[in-house]
Amino acid sequence: MNQEEIINKIATCVEFGKVNKAAPYPPAMKGEDGADEYTKHALEMGVKPIDILNDALISAMDRVGEKFSQKKIFVPQMLISAKAMGAAMEHLKPFFSSGEVKRKGKFIIGTVAGDLHDIGKNLVAMIVEGAGWEVIDLGVDVKSAKFIQAINDNPGAIVGLSALLTTTMESMKNIVADIKRDCPGVKLVIGGAPVSEDFKNEIGADAYSPDPQKAVVLLNSMVA
Amino acid sequence: MRKSIAEKIAEGQVLISDGAWGTFLQNMGLQPGECPESWNLKHPEKILSIAQSYIDAGSDMVETNSFGGNAFKLVHYGLDKQVHEINKAAAEISRRAAGSEKHVLGSIGPTGKMLVMGDVTYKELCGAFKAQAIALAEGGADALVIETMSDIEEARAAVTAAADNTSCEIICTMTFEKSPEGEFFTMMGVTPSDMVATMVDAGASIIGANCGNGMENMIGIAKEIRAANPDIPLLIHANAGAPVFKDGETRFLETPEQMAALISNLLDAGANIIGGCCGTTPEHIREIFNTIHK
Repeated sequence: MNQEEIINKIATCVEFGKVNKAAPYPPAMKGEDGADEYTKHALEMGVKPIDILNDALISAMDRVGEKFSQKKIFVPQMLISAKAMGAAMEHLKPFFSSGEVKRKGKFIIGTVAGDLHDIGKNLVAMIVEGAGWEVIDLGVDVKSAKFIQAINDNPGAIVGLSALLTTTMESMKNIVADIKRDCPGVKLVIGGAPVSEDFKNEIGADAYSPDPQKAVVLLNSMVA
Repeated sequence: MRKSIAEKIAEGQVLISDGAWGTFLQNMGLQPGECPESWNLKHPEKILSIAQSYIDAGSDMVETNSFGGNAFKLVHYGLDKQVHEINKAAAEISRRAAGSEKHVLGSIGPTGKMLVMGDVTYKELCGAFKAQAIALAEGGADALVIETMSDIEEARAAVTAAADNTSCEIICTMTFEKSPEGEFFTMMGVTPSDMVATMVDAGASIIGANCGNGMENMIGIAKEIRAANPDIPLLIHANAGAPVFKDGETRFLETPEQMAALISNLLDAGANIIGGCCGTTPEHIREIFNTIHK
């Protein structure tokens, strides 16, 4: 296998959610190597980590996000793709820590205080990570102080706030106000079923994303 | 002896369900981050007043305040050891409002756990739903409504657990969105037609849809369910439109009159039971009652 072939293999595994050899999903790829094995093999062959990141992972997750936006695939397929991407990413982690591969920026994400829903937040975190960002996931029920602490610990990071409940939109509004007061200049992106462009304007956040793919486009434009 | 919901529908009756619980609780002072189901024990009189307001508005059936009453949700509030107590109380309160004639639908919502990611096993889901279903039946529910589902396997676990462990009528509703091509899917990619076959097989005797973005989409969803199965009793719980945030509060703007105006289309599409979801109030239910019984 040459470099181009193995990069295509990794990209296919990520796009269709083949995590590793043992994974039963997707049935059509049963028994074959997955993102885990191919990535390890590619590094052993001498393929550059940056090429694996850009040409396999980012491009595959881009297609996944696009298909999700068009409702050609749904949450389960997206999650399984993200899991395959995560398996490949594990092998790249040493190169991120050594500084050999640079990421696009840092993204802090959390579901706002009072809200325990994590599916949407996790999807965004995975897709953003797959797009080449370092993601700091603060979890669910995150209060202002925890967001502000993370912002202070990660200068230059962009912050994502998620809410599913209509009840916690108020909480999102308060957290946006607290962050804007304590950390002026930090960019805030909001998302979640009940929120909208109008709501973003009303509470003074910087951007609204209707889906994970749009969040990536927004983030990339903020650092471009 | 009270006839079952399915029997009444077989006789040709159109039945009216209740409206929202979650948004009603917020208006009564439920705080963000507070467990809605804890009010069954802390403020039973407030829960009773919600159930009573729907019965007074003309509902033939009233739900219970137990949507998030499974162990996987209650654990966030440290209440997972009280699944039985909380759900039993929920059904007892709604039964007090419903009396012996009207129906009590024990509400069972999703766990928030994802089977596909290995968060939880199918067997664990069944166990959690079984405990909730038994407690609701013991408290006086004569039907169980498994609602707002998006994953077909989780819905199947809930329907199976409820059907195998209680003698209640089993209702299953899922939440659908419209794709850019105009087709309906749940968040997990389930179509209304997929749902019907699987849930009837698992033991549901009434099928439907709830939540979503208002009455209009529900007409298309009802048609698709009806096309997949000409006979199954069909329940629709629509939101009062999509939520809008204005002047510091969340509102659902579809008025009782706007909702009621679409009732005849929904009945033509094949619905047998009509009620509301987020943002609907006793006024919406009263208007639906007036439209159906005029």
